[in-house]
Amino acid sequence: MNDAPLSEVATRQEFLISTIAGLIAGCGHVAVGSASPIPGSAALLARARSGGAMRVSVLGSLRNNFFTDGGVELFDCAAQGRVDAFFLGGGQIDGEGNINLVGTGAYPSMEVRWPGSFGSAYLYFLVPRVILFREEHTRRVLVEKVDFVSAPGKSDPGVYRPGGPHALLTNLALFDFDRGRHRFRLRSVHPGHSVEEVLDNTGFTFERPQKVPQTPSPDPETLALIRGSVRDEIAEVYPRFAAAAFAPRG
Amino acid sequence: MSEHHIRDLFDLAAAVPDGAKLAVPADYSGVAMAATRALIRRGVRHLHLVCVPVSGLQAEMLIGAGAVKVIESSAVTLGEYGPAPRFVEAVRYGKITLKDATCPAIHAALQAAAKGLPFMPLRGILGSDLLAHRPDWRVIENPFEAGDPIVALPAIRPDIALFHAPLADREGNVFIGRRRELMTMAHAARRTFVTVEEISETSLFDDERLAAGVIPALYVSAVVRAKSGAWPLGLWNAYEADDAFLRRYATLAKTDEGFAQVLARWLDEPAMAAE
Repeated sequence: MNDAPLSEVATRQEFLISTIAGLIAGCGHVAVGSASPIPGSAALLARARSGGAMRVSVLGSLRNNFFTDGGVELFDCAAQGRVDAFFLGGGQIDGEGNINLVGTGAYPSMEVRWPGSFGSAYLYFLVPRVILFREEHTRRVLVEKVDFVSAPGKSDPGVYRPGGPHALLTNLALFDFDRGRHRFRLRSVHPGHSVEEVLDNTGFTFERPQKVPQTPSPDPETLALIRGSVRDEIAEVYPRFAAAAFAPRG
Repeated sequence: MSEHHIRDLFDLAAAVPDGAKLAVPADYSGVAMAATRALIRRGVRHLHLVCVPVSGLQAEMLIGAGAVKVIESSAVTLGEYGPAPRFVEAVRYGKITLKDATCPAIHAALQAAAKGLPFMPLRGILGSDLLAHRPDWRVIENPFEAGDPIVALPAIRPDIALFHAPLADREGNVFIGRRRELMTMAHAARRTFVTVEEISETSLFDDERLAAGVIPALYVSAVVRAKSGAWPLGLWNAYEADDAFLRRYATLAKTDEGFAQVLARWLDEPAMAAE
């Protein structure tokens, strides 16, 4: 892989974009929230591959955002069951799928304060396929129990909840979330990384198959799409990201 | 338009009392930054800022300038430029009271006010620590179906909504296009102050295609022209955010001294980069 010409080796971001696109294939409508250049690129890639079947709305975009009813429309749309996939991150994510976007230490005067919960406390309940995405894979991020629950991974019986966690993607690995058992299961480890490395850097326990496969790398056709139309389209919303994240055009 | 005595940014800033519950939009909607400069210049204090549903540079600078007592928001961040340093510092040292929210809750609570309702029910939120730290949010039973808990949010009725838009006319009708959250803010707030890039000499209702995206003057207290009024932030379909300013801000505002420096320069700068 290291001997291949530059244009055939995916950058870290391109690899993640390709992996996320695989997780949302087949969705009818994928929405992307704020501060999400990689999920945004992935949604645009998945749409390009869907032959026009997929709708994508990228928050903050003029060209890839068809909402006309203001900031509330994404949330209303989700409540109507019209959003199939969404992305959430987390300063902390724990083994039960709870996410923390608020900070660490005791609320409210926290040691470390992050921006805030955004729409997570709502969309996590209503969007069927929520992809948890956080590049940093360390015990600092993937903790046993979050300090603050912005949005819970599971709910009491009786709580209206058609949505919830579907998968978790980091720089090291891809996990599926088992909604019956409220636990993550390791699906694959990215090239150049090992199961041991994942175990060492994960603060919660998770299930795994006896033999863990490698996360597939993007093929040349996918890379060409990412470096072509996807890069151009995401640059509208994330110019700094677009300038830095992609390999030179082939 | 009801407050014709407000003719410029100075008048507008004077009409925002200390302690006002002030609703402001997210960066993508049209943020009245020129008016925010005027507010900081006049030394406004104890604001209860309602961010619809999040804020960036505006909340950050108001907090840094010591103008904010309470902030109700779903997030405060400089986006691609990183964390909002004055907000983070104020949280750390308990200088502001936080009402942490989630985006649809702020929209829904404003919609309740716009409908004249005391509260609005909303899905989600149950089991979160947001709910645990918001004693004003209550869990009720769905009155139509047993065993279906749902969160009830009290209406948010801002004293003043403040935002920036591309165009208004002499009567005070304001074009907001598809930024409908601005419409909800104007419906919910007692008074609405708008800064605009341009003022049309003909009525915006003359063109039916524009009219669908217009806040009628009925809801608008005052309109003030402020060319490049969102600078250093951008305005949709008009100009981009000032990348150099935001980069410099994100670096300097990490320290008290750096923030004081960038704030002083911003307050003095008459030229608008976007012009």
